[in-house]
Amino acid sequence: MTLGEGPEQPRIGVDEWVASAEERRARSPLARTQDAVDRAPAALKLLALAAPFAIFPLFIDSEYLMQVGIDTLIFVLLALGLNVAVGWVGLLDLGYVAFFGIGAYLYAAVASPYAGRYWDAALAIPLIAVAVAVSGFLVGLPSRRLAGDYLAIVTLFFLQLWLVVLINASWSRGPNGIADIYPLEFFGRQVTSLDGNYFVALIAFVLIISFLYLLNQSRTGRAWRALREDELAAELMTMPVNRLKLMGFAVGAGVAGVAGAIFAPVQGAVFPGNFDLILLITVYAMVVLGGAGSLVGVTVGAVVINASLEALRDASNASWLFYGVIVVALLALLKPWWQPLAVLGATVLFGFAVHEIAEQARPSLVGGTSFGEARIDELLDSWVLLPVDIVTADGLPTGWLGRVSYIALIAAALGLTLVRSRLWQLVGLVPVLYLAACVWANLLLANPAVTRFVLMGAMLVALMAYRPQGLFGKQRVEIV
Amino acid sequence: MAEERAPLLEVQSLSLSFGGLRCLDRLDLTVGEGEIVSVIGPNGAGKTTLFNVITGVYPPEEGEILFEGESILGLDPHRIARRGIARTFQTLRLFLNMSVKENVMSAAYGHTKAGVLRSVLRTPGMRREEREIEQLAEKRLAFFGDRLVGYRWRQPAFSLSYANRRRLEIARATAAKPRLLLLDEPAAGMNPVETHEMTELIARLREDGGYTILVIEHDMHVVEGISDRVVALDHGVKIAEGSFAEVATDPRVIEAYLGTSATERK
Repeated sequence: MTLGEGPEQPRIGVDEWVASAEERRARSPLARTQDAVDRAPAALKLLALAAPFAIFPLFIDSEYLMQVGIDTLIFVLLALGLNVAVGWVGLLDLGYVAFFGIGAYLYAAVASPYAGRYWDAALAIPLIAVAVAVSGFLVGLPSRRLAGDYLAIVTLFFLQLWLVVLINASWSRGPNGIADIYPLEFFGRQVTSLDGNYFVALIAFVLIISFLYLLNQSRTGRAWRALREDELAAELMTMPVNRLKLMGFAVGAGVAGVAGAIFAPVQGAVFPGNFDLILLITVYAMVVLGGAGSLVGVTVGAVVINASLEALRDASNASWLFYGVIVVALLALLKPWWQPLAVLGATVLFGFAVHEIAEQARPSLVGGTSFGEARIDELLDSWVLLPVDIVTADGLPTGWLGRVSYIALIAAALGLTLVRSRLWQLVGLVPVLYLAACVWANLLLANPAVTRFVLMGAMLVALMAYRPQGLFGKQRVEIV
Repeated sequence: MAEERAPLLEVQSLSLSFGGLRCLDRLDLTVGEGEIVSVIGPNGAGKTTLFNVITGVYPPEEGEILFEGESILGLDPHRIARRGIARTFQTLRLFLNMSVKENVMSAAYGHTKAGVLRSVLRTPGMRREEREIEQLAEKRLAFFGDRLVGYRWRQPAFSLSYANRRRLEIARATAAKPRLLLLDEPAAGMNPVETHEMTELIARLREDGGYTILVIEHDMHVVEGISDRVVALDHGVKIAEGSFAEVATDPRVIEAYLGTSATERK
């Protein structure tokens, strides 16, 4: 038998199925669209991604929304930087926001009355980027041989160390932070308006995403992705794994440094509390939701999460989301179709019945108004239990019924998991849903600042269950 | 038996233990320039461990490894690979979530130069280098007929069949531009036709690429078909060396594979 010859037998090394693959692929419109997007010039894709940001200010005339826009762009920068370590190199870096802090404090150190200096931003921002990249390199030095959980713990330690130093050192002025930071100044022209700051952040975004895109499409980017897949194989295929990891740390840190150097003058002050774990978790959520490894993904993830968190500050938006998610989840999870409808109908009737009984037995249990101002909250005021003393005479929330129903909700939900019969599960779901509504109206709506994170978490859990790779992430296969 | 060749790889008195287990015991091995040497031995004989020590994954307890006459002991694995030793893995360690072509291109890291700045600025030199890597990858993949070309380039490695993954591992190793190729069971898990094809491919690898090849293989047809010389290991000790015919009939080899009674009955 010789290789690739002989008319009778199938030619060795030739696979008909493979050979006809392009043809079969060309017939599918989905594949054609995919190919077209893949082959589109990178500059066009960048334009498509940046255009919404660029036209955003044209439609906005509120200062608050412009501020949200700037915050969003800073979050996008943070997510892009974290994506280098987490999405490309595959390092679980939990100290990341420390680099954001270092960038912000460095800007305060070169442009504030406290420092007695006022450097031009055209000089300061690149220098800060390099300095923070070096700090990332230094943090990476002791950590580069650590893998997975160990790396996570050590980098988390660095973040805590940074926070403790910030709070206690004299140069950082402790918890009071550094105030009156000078605005950005480019070539002698101060950027004081919100629009101006927005465009500085937008330019930084365009530059950084281009930088990262080009870097990813090079031997360095390939080597990063290779070592994420298999460190040992990468090392044995001529890639210096330790050095590449340090580079990943440094590049990610440098991007966070730029974000910090823009954040400090926009906020006008820096405090240790700006760089805490909540921020770290938020940025991680952005990367994970958008799809780690995808530049478009983490950008969209940052926008979606920051916009949602802002929208949820308003209790009425939050209520719509809360009840909407419950209804959609029931419709999606309970099959066949009549089951969710039956449960929802039963819950409505159950609520009115409980409300009526409570009104007869102890009138003080009802008659309060919920904290929400949405139409749905007004509708539900005569459905959920809202005690008259839901607020004190001073208007402060007491929420005692909320706490009681919270405990009852947990107990009921746990009890429900023990029920085996499908019918009783559906029956048990009715009081559980009603208790959840009571908790929402009495307790969670009173604290929208906390509640928005709870809701965000629930949304993330739901998304991850359906799309573990994130919105734009590619599904990864670990073992085949 | 091959004629005298200049030694490319010399392993001298190599020893390694894991705990109390002696995996390699004062092992000597020489591979001449352009030679194809097979390493055989029962499971646990220390064959893969030998590969791991040569490529720098484990430091040996004693002994010396010379490559092109220079010691490579104590070098980082990626430096050893850059000197010209590339390998495949018995357990398949592809970059599963990268495309087939990228798998091969990534191994060109060692002989390319573009740094961060040049990559981001897309200098002409960097673009040329990228084109060269891409052409190299396409050439290496074309070595296996139509199996790893065309639309396969863009497919993730995890979509490949087992046999194609083995081929991709070889393509990736050759993209590192090695002089010495270490193949760890290249025909494992292949069907008879594919195994036969692999036998011919290994011979062609040497002709086309000029590689010196050290190969671990269990399939004796493959070993017979490709080897200039065969080395048999058992419990980390070299028990036989010579042509396939010599080693295959060596009583110590038969004993190692089949147990003592097999030789006593003779």
